[in-house]
Amino acid sequence: MGRQLLIDNIKDPVTGALTGINTLEGYRAHGGYKALEKALKLKPEEIVTEVQKSGLRGRGGAGFPTGMKWSFIAKPPGVPRHLVCNADESEPGTFKDRYLMHHKPHLLIEGMIISSFALGANLSYIYIRGEMMVQYHILQKAIDEAYAAGLLGKNILNSGFDLDLHVHPGAGAYICGEETGLIESLEGKRGNPRIKPPFPAISGVWNRPTVVNNVETLAAIVPILNMGAEEYAKIGIGKSTGTKLISASGHINKPGVYEIELGVPVEEFIYSESYCGGMKGGRKLKAVVAGGSSVPILPAELILKTAKGEPRLMTYESLGDGGFATGTMLGSGGFIVMDESTSVVKNLFNFTRFYHHESCGQCSPCREGTGWMEKILHKILDGHGTVADIDLLWDIQGKIEGKTICPLGEAAAWPVAAAIRHFRPEFEEYVKNPGKIKDVKHYYRLNNLEPVN
Amino acid sequence: MQNNTRPKFSPEAYELIQRIIKRYPEGKQKSAILPVLHIAQAEFNGWLSAPVMDYVAGILSIKPIEVYEVASFYSMFNLKPVGKCVIEVCRTGPCWLMGAEDVVKHIEKKLGIKEGETTKDGMFTLKTVECLAACGTAPIMQIGETYHESLSLEKVDSILNDYKTNTTESISHWDKKHIAQGLKE
Amino acid sequence: MPKVTIDGQTIEVPNGTTILEAARMIGGKSVPPAMCYYSKLKETGGYCRTCIVNVSKGSEKDPRPMPKPVPSCRTTVMDGMEVQNLTSPALLEARAGVVEFLLLNHPLDCPICDQAGECHLQDLGYENGKSKTRYEFARREFEPIDIGEKIKLHMKRCIHCFRCVKLADQLTPNRYQGMLNRGDHSEISTYIQHAVDNEFSGNMIDVCPVGALTDKTFRFKSRVWFVKPEDAHRKCPTCAGKARIWLKGEEVLRVTGRKDKYGEVIDWICNECRFDKKKTSDWVIEGPTHIDHHSVISMNHYETLVDLKHETDNHRKQLTNKKVNLGQGALDPNNS
Repeated sequence: MGRQLLIDNIKDPVTGALTGINTLEGYRAHGGYKALEKALKLKPEEIVTEVQKSGLRGRGGAGFPTGMKWSFIAKPPGVPRHLVCNADESEPGTFKDRYLMHHKPHLLIEGMIISSFALGANLSYIYIRGEMMVQYHILQKAIDEAYAAGLLGKNILNSGFDLDLHVHPGAGAYICGEETGLIESLEGKRGNPRIKPPFPAISGVWNRPTVVNNVETLAAIVPILNMGAEEYAKIGIGKSTGTKLISASGHINKPGVYEIELGVPVEEFIYSESYCGGMKGGRKLKAVVAGGSSVPILPAELILKTAKGEPRLMTYESLGDGGFATGTMLGSGGFIVMDESTSVVKNLFNFTRFYHHESCGQCSPCREGTGWMEKILHKILDGHGTVADIDLLWDIQGKIEGKTICPLGEAAAWPVAAAIRHFRPEFEEYVKNPGKIKDVKHYYRLNNLEPVN
Repeated sequence: MQNNTRPKFSPEAYELIQRIIKRYPEGKQKSAILPVLHIAQAEFNGWLSAPVMDYVAGILSIKPIEVYEVASFYSMFNLKPVGKCVIEVCRTGPCWLMGAEDVVKHIEKKLGIKEGETTKDGMFTLKTVECLAACGTAPIMQIGETYHESLSLEKVDSILNDYKTNTTESISHWDKKHIAQGLKE
Repeated sequence: MPKVTIDGQTIEVPNGTTILEAARMIGGKSVPPAMCYYSKLKETGGYCRTCIVNVSKGSEKDPRPMPKPVPSCRTTVMDGMEVQNLTSPALLEARAGVVEFLLLNHPLDCPICDQAGECHLQDLGYENGKSKTRYEFARREFEPIDIGEKIKLHMKRCIHCFRCVKLADQLTPNRYQGMLNRGDHSEISTYIQHAVDNEFSGNMIDVCPVGALTDKTFRFKSRVWFVKPEDAHRKCPTCAGKARIWLKGEEVLRVTGRKDKYGEVIDWICNECRFDKKKTSDWVIEGPTHIDHHSVISMNHYETLVDLKHETDNHRKQLTNKKVNLGQGALDPNNS
């Protein structure tokens, strides 16, 4: 196991009991708010430079360099700026932010105070998924503690810096994880993503310059300040610096949240006792969705080794090696492992139903295309599919990808493309041997679809 | 479920709402709509009727249609009456891999209802929802604010029996205990 | 002033002009079709994706091409930008895909739709779509709702352009209808039974690109190509009173706003002019309307006369430019 910078000290290493780091007292006992003290003595620009030097990349999925994103924020005189934390963790397979907020709310709050200071924001928000009401109240309690201790409010630690921080609940919409959908939702509207440009850095919440960052990204600011950007950048490989939280789920022995130093080989991550502990029941690995449901699924041979035959590593670059033809993405770190008993077609149906359910309905390709793909997959699962349907699916995903307002179009299209690219024979099997399929009525019921004659 | 008198928040809820509105800059009170609707759902039997939404529109000084637009967009808001316990079973990806379908089938059989329906005694409503971000402990279901994780069919039985015995009033995502306590700031 | 080249045609435009507006300034066939953008309303466009174009060169400063097609209605021109519309087969294929999506759940009930003949979705389908659909599932249905005595809402035909919502926000004192629900179940609705009724609500009918919002006072009275549009005006205390009346013989079957060649209303009209002034004596008739787009309305009998008039006008202008002295009379440009 490598170093832990984010989820360390949650449990006692010997007894496994919770350490109480969820409280201000417990957090301080483990060195909490030391980074803030350090940061408030720096100039805001120095913190931005420090974050740029650390090589930290957005942990929400896109992997955009955080320091660069911060440097884009517009600073028109007299206009307030805002920092919004994206805690709308909804990407299927991802549950790291919920874990982090549940156990170390003050780490996020400390990261947010430092980041708000760096950006010159005096009013910041944490937009948390509505379903995570427990964590909403945990954060609220931690914020109250921070106010009482003078870590929030006016003149924080006598630095002259003021910050109000609030937590804001969503109400069940994946699309609010897209930063402009989130901004609309924070303004009290439907979570319809905005047309860009203008980007939030120029015109975000209430048309003011805004930066939206993921929970893990903001939390990582704290160790970067504590250890120094250069030390942080030494962890990892190349442009994948630092540690990353991986949410491991599916057919493995030890599902859960793991903090890895970027660069761990995928094979080690799946089979080592330090991480997933191997396949459940000793069954064979069939496929992995490595970065949340939106990223391309890869068959076992391509997830363990790149097309060039090199070991695949848990980094942005290595997972992306080979492009979409033979590679995938690190994404949000939602690592879903499937064993040999899994039907890729059924899994794809499940994901496609998700994107259909979560499409906001604003632009035509996504609104109409996601439902269409779901129905075709439904038809295939039901034994009525034809080879032409597989080609049609391929064509539809291509007509959605890149034609939509926000990345949900791509998120819906990529899984379809990858499943057909790597598992086409399995689709053909469904089409050619419909007799083999059982229990298909279930799919009709869940979707209120009429059977296809 | 809903009586004919005009809806009115409890004094604690009203005070909480006023505090929440103050979290947003002046004139941006519309931003409070999601938390206020959550609280409304907790206060008015777990669902949002048109009079309740009109009431919320009045409190936030916005048009009723703006509330309808928002309430109908987000899947956590119920626009029709529901049972006291709304069982929300995650059906997405990892939960599906780990047997969410069996959980749904089991609950349907146990309660004698289909997904989307409410038991005759008004106790349970069964919903399936998309990824709840607890994939490491799949399969899972949510009742009120509580996540019930690493479900087995036996565990589901005992959870539902518990709720059946102990539930007296409707349970919402924004738990009533958080309204009664109020939030200190 | 930035210069932009669209399908090889270069034009200089004011700062902040969008690609679509620049294309309209050039005119002709390179103008991308627009189903949701409406220049007379603020913050429209970007939803339908029919006006997408390729940007093969970003600008003089940053010549990199844009990685994805962009909505021309919401993309601002940069100096030196090069845009492909008709000149990119891949783009046309992508647009055909968008048209297929827009028609996917459309009921195709043109034979009983009052909008037929002046429907932008029909034009779009003919010009950019394919003749066959690949969709084989039941099309979407909605519970019909009543939004008042004058306006009929057919949600099944709606393409989710948001124009009527923006219009209600920008032109009327209170908005009663909005986009409800999510994804492909989104619908324009009032949620509770409520009449959408105020002085300018009728303009919703004019901005609707399809037959989702139609005039109940004209419902099933006639196909539009059997009625004769005339520009007319009246003294109206509420609006400018400049309208288009649609005649069958001497009878005014309906009144609409006047529209430009992109189908956009020139002056908003009030509901009194639209719904209550149905006698020729209510109006001062200015003359037959020229319908520019090749809608079926332009196949009407009088269109040839209008065409002739235009040809004559053009001919006359050319002659005037050549400074040929033709004496006074019909060809004097000041005397027509």
